[in-house]
Amino acid sequence: MNVGNEIGQAVVVCVSAIFTQNILLAYFLGLCPFIGVSREIKAAFGLGLAVIFVLTCTTLLNWLAYHYVLLPLGLHYFRYILFIIIIAAFVQFVEMAVERYSPFLYQQLGVFLPLITVNCAILGAALFMVIREYTFIVTIGYGLGSGIGWFLAILAMAGIRQKLAHDRIPRGLQGPGITLILAGLMALAFIGFAGVLQGR
Amino acid sequence: MGETFISVLIVSSIGAGLAALLVISEMFIANYGACRISINDERDLTVQGGTSLLSVLTAEKIFIPSACGGRGTCGLCKLKVLEGAGAILPTEEPYLDKREREQNVRLSCQVKVKNNLRINIPKELLSIREYVTRCVKIEDLTYDIKMFRLQLVKPATMEYTPGQYVQLLTPVYDRSPVEVYRAYSIASDPADKGIIELIIRLVPNGICTTYCFNHLKEGDEVKINGPYGEFRLSDTGAPIVFIAGGSGMAPIKCILHHMENTGSKREAVYYFGANVVKEMFYLDLMRRFESELQAFRFVSVVAKPAEGETWDGETGLVTQAVQRGVKNGAICEAYLCGSPGMIDASIKVLQDLGVTNDRIFYDKFA
Repeated sequence: MNVGNEIGQAVVVCVSAIFTQNILLAYFLGLCPFIGVSREIKAAFGLGLAVIFVLTCTTLLNWLAYHYVLLPLGLHYFRYILFIIIIAAFVQFVEMAVERYSPFLYQQLGVFLPLITVNCAILGAALFMVIREYTFIVTIGYGLGSGIGWFLAILAMAGIRQKLAHDRIPRGLQGPGITLILAGLMALAFIGFAGVLQGR
Repeated sequence: MGETFISVLIVSSIGAGLAALLVISEMFIANYGACRISINDERDLTVQGGTSLLSVLTAEKIFIPSACGGRGTCGLCKLKVLEGAGAILPTEEPYLDKREREQNVRLSCQVKVKNNLRINIPKELLSIREYVTRCVKIEDLTYDIKMFRLQLVKPATMEYTPGQYVQLLTPVYDRSPVEVYRAYSIASDPADKGIIELIIRLVPNGICTTYCFNHLKEGDEVKINGPYGEFRLSDTGAPIVFIAGGSGMAPIKCILHHMENTGSKREAVYYFGANVVKEMFYLDLMRRFESELQAFRFVSVVAKPAEGETWDGETGLVTQAVQRGVKNGAICEAYLCGSPGMIDASIKVLQDLGVTNDRIFYDKFA
């Protein structure tokens, strides 16, 4: 496959990761910060951007580690451990550097980094990338698309929750309860995108 | 076998390599040097910068309440950071209202120590800690109420405000597979900071009270922590009505000791109610307070003396005695302590007598 084709495929994978195969609303990965930090649009925006950045970078790092370390050594079954280690180390390193050298960026994004070290969406994307046998360039599209998809989902949720903040929600449903119901409804809506593509 | 060994070795060394990289970069990038934290402008801590304020304080044995362990999701670890914290972080925003932001309240788990800080910690939090004590005396007060005298061992003294309570740790024993804490008001004379006395009524099948009554012996070690609670005497000088029965006497007794120690001339009446005469205790002590304190009166009320009991004090419900006795409801303050039922009934009576809610203080023993 030539590079042009690959780039075309990367774009398709990216778009589908944003809408039809949204990592949060189709696979329900990364739910914990999704529920915890979706009370305000501002915080959701920062966390979403941080996820886009970390997801793209770590998926690429993990692609390199998988294809240039694990596969040649026949150690592919170690990918879970290695991926986690790489993600954790990368996030730690970025947080440290951002906090020291860019207070503004830290203020906006950095504080969210520790929250997403253990975000299963990050590991999930790395594992999907292996299962689906993406090439390096396609992986760029996939990581970016997954991040943007997650970003859109939490931003939409924060928008809805901010609107609901002053509404009278039955006591038993306040907080995570109504958030999970909303997530389910949003997931149904996103399934609609898949229908559009398949029905073409 | 050899292959397994090598593969484990390879993956471990990748992990170790990344860890080493982090440690080295942390030494250069995240080295903020020594930082000074000034607490309440009274005490200075010098700590290594780079970690959260919450964890620094915990390491210094200053316990700030936190339920989530520093992940910024419970919002309990609020502190005033007056200088050096930088702008409020997005992770803190959902937990701080407008007034708190104006007062520089921050979540201590999100504030990183990167330079010198000036912070305010409420006095109560500074003094909450665990105390190892030795039970030196157990005294029967009635058939189901005992007094436990605890000698503080480490630390040897406790600073508390009369009216506050401590939590007593019940260790694992045959009735309880886990350690539990139960709260008991301090009853002792606050002049003796090395002694904590608790007045405990036996609760049928209660984990902690059963332990205290049946297992705890004089000479045993007991762990408590505290002090906690907002129940305390105001400094308004208004006439006082105390209402407390049974073990509810504990904080009132402590407050009375304090009034005696400070030579208080404040007008005060203590209504102490019981069902039968054999539930009365510390009557001699109360008579002593009556003679030592200039304007203190002790009114003991027995609902219905049992057959064969002689009683020359007032009879009826304690609330009836309050109704008969309190003439200055418009100006006095009421301090109630005991079971929720007794307190609710007393509040009703007090309101009828003209005591407004802002002058009724209580400590419900639930």
